[in-house]
Amino acid sequence: MPTDSLAARVWRTDIAGAGAFVSYVVPRSPSQTVLEVVTYIQRRLDPTLAYRFACRVGMCGSCAMTVNGKARWTCRTHVQAVARDGVLEIAPLANLPVVRDLVTDMREFFDKWARAKGHLTPTTTRHDPLARVAPDSDKRRAVDAGIECIGCGVCYASCDVVRWNPRYLGPAALNRAWTLVNDVRDGGNRERLGAVAGDAGCHACHTQQTCTERCPKHLTPTAAIAGLKRLTALAALRGELP
Amino acid sequence: MSAARREALLWLASRVSAMILALCVVVHLATMIVAVRGGLTAAEILGRTRGSMVWALFYGTFVIAVAVHAPLGLRTVLGESARWPERVLDMGLLLFGILVLFTGLRAVVAVTMA
Amino acid sequence: MTARTNVLGVDWRTRGHAGWWAFALHRVSGVALTLFLPAHFWALGQALTGEAALSGFLAWTDQPLVRASEIALVFLLAAHLAGGVRLLFVEFRGWRAGWQPSLIAAVVGIATVCALSFALNLA
Repeated sequence: MPTDSLAARVWRTDIAGAGAFVSYVVPRSPSQTVLEVVTYIQRRLDPTLAYRFACRVGMCGSCAMTVNGKARWTCRTHVQAVARDGVLEIAPLANLPVVRDLVTDMREFFDKWARAKGHLTPTTTRHDPLARVAPDSDKRRAVDAGIECIGCGVCYASCDVVRWNPRYLGPAALNRAWTLVNDVRDGGNRERLGAVAGDAGCHACHTQQTCTERCPKHLTPTAAIAGLKRLTALAALRGELP
Repeated sequence: MSAARREALLWLASRVSAMILALCVVVHLATMIVAVRGGLTAAEILGRTRGSMVWALFYGTFVIAVAVHAPLGLRTVLGESARWPERVLDMGLLLFGILVLFTGLRAVVAVTMA
Repeated sequence: MTARTNVLGVDWRTRGHAGWWAFALHRVSGVALTLFLPAHFWALGQALTGEAALSGFLAWTDQPLVRASEIALVFLLAAHLAGGVRLLFVEFRGWRAGWQPSLIAAVVGIATVCALSFALNLA
């Protein structure tokens, strides 16, 4: 194979859902991303290849795949950084059901955000004045540390605890809950802490830190989950946990 | 008690016992490393510990903390890998905790009082 | 749609980082120490029947395989201690990722120093 081409092994599924890696030869180009490789295959080599993407610039969180064994956002991952001996292995995210080829069913992932009460419970109405939150307050800083999550599912797909305990809410949902726990405008913490405690919640986390290791936005879900562990334990002691 | 509250409290018990154990294990490791110098004899061990209230309290605390900590750790490991019914697992680990506590306190009595 | 949640089985490539190995060491050492506990307490309980019984047991421990196991247990105990202290700081003080690999290396270092000190004093 010429050095200016790449051997891409791509996970393909048949109508019954059984899958295998299929090899494609893709020409290299400067600053080529993994998403560009997948797009090239779909446009030039096999239009039946199914994959998911939208923004191509690391904002939407829809193009995450397993690249050479690790979950990554493919639009911002350079081939040069991850190809091993000119080979790129591209598979769907782990820990999620595969719809087809590289497309996973993200329902469970997002349902868990809802289960972790990952929505604001307002304490005021639109007729009240806007809340004033000091940017340098501890709580606002804690929110800032986790708020940039794009919901790509990389942490969820990388987490051993999700694999071992399918009910586990996962790093992204717990990280979202932690940003709301620290949101001074929110009034839903009693219910939220009850939802994120327990063996399907923050206490299942073993601090392996793979979520933190893999997060493309360099967030620290491990720290968010640790915060939830402390707060829920405190609430349990006080008898405030539903 | 709700499952959420139970798990949160068990987590806390595991971590508080871990903090106590951290101090105990530092002392235990230091004692071991010093004690084995020139060989370990029963007379040497018992000469140090027998009749000592300080060692009795220390090892007593150590045993109680480990009787909380070890079964909780095992509970997590087995809960993930063994897939036993929760009730069976919890009963088994309660018995294991009692075994550790009983044999542990017996050992403390043996080396400090008997 | 396939119901299979994991197409590739366990993939070790995603685990090859310090935090995961620290977890593995903590789990293996924890289980080993837990299984060792009842035996340890039983042995010390021998002293109930007098010093001679404990001496008899200690004489039994004077064989290469038992001695090697003791050194291994000291390593595991020190590793579980140091790794556990690290975890307590991550959970209670919110230590972030940056220097975790260095801390984890320190955990292994502390365990090695303890095991070697024990082994050298034993010799």
